[in-house]
Amino acid sequence: MLGKLTLSAIPFHDPIVMGAVSGSVLLGAAIVALITCYGKWGYLWNEWLTSLDHKRIGVMYLVLALVMLLRGLSDAVMMRAQQALAVGGSHGFLPPEHFDQIFTAHGTIMIIFMAMPFIAGLMNIIVPQQIGARDVAFPFLNSLSLWLTVAGALLVMVSLGVGEFSKAGWSGYSPLTEKLFSPGTGVDYWDWAIQIAGIASLMSAINFFVTILRMRAPGMNLMRMPLFTWAVFFTTVLMICSFPVLTVSLAMLSLDRYLGMHFFSNTFGGNIMMYVNLFWMWGHPEVYIVILPAFGIFSEIVATFSAKRLFGYKSLVYATGAITLFSFGVWLHHFFTMGAGPDVNAVFGITTMIIAVPTGVKIFNWLFTMYRGRVRLTVPMYWTLGFIVSFTLGGATGVLMGVPPADFVVHNSLFLVAHFHTMLITGALFGLVAGYSYWFPKITGFRLNEKWGKRAFFFWLAGFYLAFGPLYLLGLMGMPRRMWHYSNPAWHPWLVVAACGTALIVIGTFLLIVQLVVSYRERKDNLDLTGDPYDGRTLEWVTSSPPPVYNFAEIPVVHDIDALADMKERGEVHKRPARYHDIEIPENSGAGFLIGVLTFCSGFALVWYIWWLAAASAAGVVLIVIARSFDDHTHRIIPASEIERIEENRYRQLEAARSGRSEISPA
Amino acid sequence: MREKRNIFFLPAVSLLVSGLLGGCGKVAILNPAGPIGRAERDLILTALGLMMIVVVPVILMALWFPRRYSASRKDAAYTPKWTRSAKLELIVWLVPIAIVTTLGHLAWSGAHRLDPFRPMDRGVKPVNVEVVAMDWKWLFIYPDQDIAVINKLVFPAGTPLSFRITSDTVVNSFFIPRLGSQMYAMAGMVSRLHLLADKPGLYYGQSQQFSGKGYAGMHFEARAVSAARFKDWLENVRRSPDRLDAVRFKKLEKPSIDAPVTYFSNVEPGLFDRIVGSFVNMGPMAKARPPVRPGVAGAVAGVR
Repeated sequence: MLGKLTLSAIPFHDPIVMGAVSGSVLLGAAIVALITCYGKWGYLWNEWLTSLDHKRIGVMYLVLALVMLLRGLSDAVMMRAQQALAVGGSHGFLPPEHFDQIFTAHGTIMIIFMAMPFIAGLMNIIVPQQIGARDVAFPFLNSLSLWLTVAGALLVMVSLGVGEFSKAGWSGYSPLTEKLFSPGTGVDYWDWAIQIAGIASLMSAINFFVTILRMRAPGMNLMRMPLFTWAVFFTTVLMICSFPVLTVSLAMLSLDRYLGMHFFSNTFGGNIMMYVNLFWMWGHPEVYIVILPAFGIFSEIVATFSAKRLFGYKSLVYATGAITLFSFGVWLHHFFTMGAGPDVNAVFGITTMIIAVPTGVKIFNWLFTMYRGRVRLTVPMYWTLGFIVSFTLGGATGVLMGVPPADFVVHNSLFLVAHFHTMLITGALFGLVAGYSYWFPKITGFRLNEKWGKRAFFFWLAGFYLAFGPLYLLGLMGMPRRMWHYSNPAWHPWLVVAACGTALIVIGTFLLIVQLVVSYRERKDNLDLTGDPYDGRTLEWVTSSPPPVYNFAEIPVVHDIDALADMKERGEVHKRPARYHDIEIPENSGAGFLIGVLTFCSGFALVWYIWWLAAASAAGVVLIVIARSFDDHTHRIIPASEIERIEENRYRQLEAARSGRSEISPA
Repeated sequence: MREKRNIFFLPAVSLLVSGLLGGCGKVAILNPAGPIGRAERDLILTALGLMMIVVVPVILMALWFPRRYSASRKDAAYTPKWTRSAKLELIVWLVPIAIVTTLGHLAWSGAHRLDPFRPMDRGVKPVNVEVVAMDWKWLFIYPDQDIAVINKLVFPAGTPLSFRITSDTVVNSFFIPRLGSQMYAMAGMVSRLHLLADKPGLYYGQSQQFSGKGYAGMHFEARAVSAARFKDWLENVRRSPDRLDAVRFKKLEKPSIDAPVTYFSNVEPGLFDRIVGSFVNMGPMAKARPPVRPGVAGAVAGVR
């Protein structure tokens, strides 16, 4: 009836796990109690869970990213603490089977369930507004993507308390992930969580690919699109081309594990090198999938806060395109030490270095955008400058590892760990946090507190260098990654330093939360009444903060790059339209949420071999999809009179903001 | 392999960095004990030095521009319409291209010169070692001496080492940091590695590819000794009562963590090829069966 699932799957004997589990359960119970207490279930369901509004969906993605960031960070803290302790005779506080789960979960969560939802969140909120659209191309698909991602994330979280997570690393190299070597449920949790989230990402990518190509405002030809939209566009191309590879390789691994096939086993004709190749054919583009949107964010921030159009716009677009193209030609640099011939290694080494050229061009263009600008050192700019300096250093170590013989000595060492954390923390995460602070007023209607933002930044930056500087050195000292225990005492002091760095990062993260709380409490003083708090240059700053559900009462007409800056010059911002029209917007739908729930059940059932539940949930998903396709009420009309009311209120607000009064509350 | 001095070798940088970090002898990669590791360290320092041509100006500009053109300084030049400059764009494309071209040349020549499969030409007969990664220990078979050792590698200094590497389990990576290059150990396949230690000394080795629960314990002593000492050590091993045949190997295959150093005075001939072949000839069931032609299996699967 319950497959392999018994009470013994819950690790009652492990105080650390049980502490984390009961903490999560208590927190969940508290949230449920609060919602019930304030009678907000209806609000939650009608305004959020069933919403097809791209902005609401984006905010829910951001919440997911924040929760998973905290989870991934606590994994990091445990790893660093363990390695700061477990030298020689001391074995620290984590046994290897627990440590191995933690580093696997850390990687999986940070990439798939933190960075990806963070990106999805920002692109959901911003891209339609930047291109002057009222929603995405497929609003329902958008909601479905969100809830499938949540289902995947939930599978990872559940593995904490029921059974175990994979112990084979986030990249899940076969044959270690084969049934013979990993008989437990861990690899299955990992497999299905990524599989479900991967399909969600693919759908999201198709959605935004079409949105950007088909829904731009009149006059916005491709070469007038804001850089963030360009970056998201190339990202969707990367996702559409690479995610199917991941889906297929994970499906093949599942066939090995569930039906005893031999795609990736080391026996019966299986090919373990095939898995490694396939994984990185997705995995390397994936690196750019999380970094390119951050590049786009930096481009927006640098232009806005330098009060200048981006230097070399075309150069930046072509550079992004070149990175997209080349990112499919470098995957082999993840395993130069597998024994391919020198010709193959050298070719992939050289393609790896070539990618550095367009990346370098982008960095120079950001610098020249600041040159002879009017630079305002706001919090988003702090993150951007922190990124430029650190990413350049990290890029140099990356090119270094593109030289195959250099890679032969630092491959799989902490040097490698330090390198890709430099790229992913200062490249992706700094960009995402910068984007979060930059667009926060647009999302909520009030600005974030600058003082706490700067404090958080400095703790993050200092913590980053303190945590990863020693790892570069440790890699050169020969320390491999993923060691729960080591006997070389020379490594120990540096690991203690790294642990201190992690502590600073934790404080930095805590300060980000403080910033959020303080800003919320002081929101009355920081209201963004104009919808354009920074003298912005792109269309998302035309709308009010937060924007009405339809974004634009009248679709703007674009004449130039930096559409808003151009409108301002021509004095055409906020012109009252002659008359208002009815606007059609997507009607709420609970189908996406329900499919998410059923997919989670199906995934959980597959992990535990509960076949009836897996089949029933899968059938449920099919039924909902069929039912939804017969639903004729997918859109509703907002009448022109209602639009007029909202817009006139907005004009009064703008008027008030201009004359310096702020007593009229935002609509 | 002849040690050819790299024309891009920056002795000053090397000296400085090694002095700073390697002085204490703890930074293995910057303090190599053999020609392969040395060439790789030189490549690392050369590449890093070359990249500083771009990295340093970028960092300086990133720190200087925001101050120089701060919004609070109304006297600073402000050209909001200045968005392109053919000259500058040429520089930002061409300088990185020039550096990458140089590095690409280094990568190409380095990948060939330091190809781990390439034998070292020292005019001395190399010591052959067959390396088997197991759960979670290293088995070193000396085919010419007909001995085998668990978790300890002893070899004469100044003599090239020629490794044939495979795995009896999941993927591992065979690595002695101070000697240079690592190489994956994969079941059913044979990969090659050639190393050399200049001087007698104790260099540690380890697995560099995560392989499961006992991975952290997969390190071993790699001891380079004088030729005479090596002979003594061989004699010592040969006195061991333990012999490595198919039955003993079966016992050895049971996963164990932190396995003690074990000497085998005798090894069943062709054991290494049989381990490789057992995966090629389908599955663990076939392990008891000898391969059709010993040694062929490796050639099929991995050896170029």
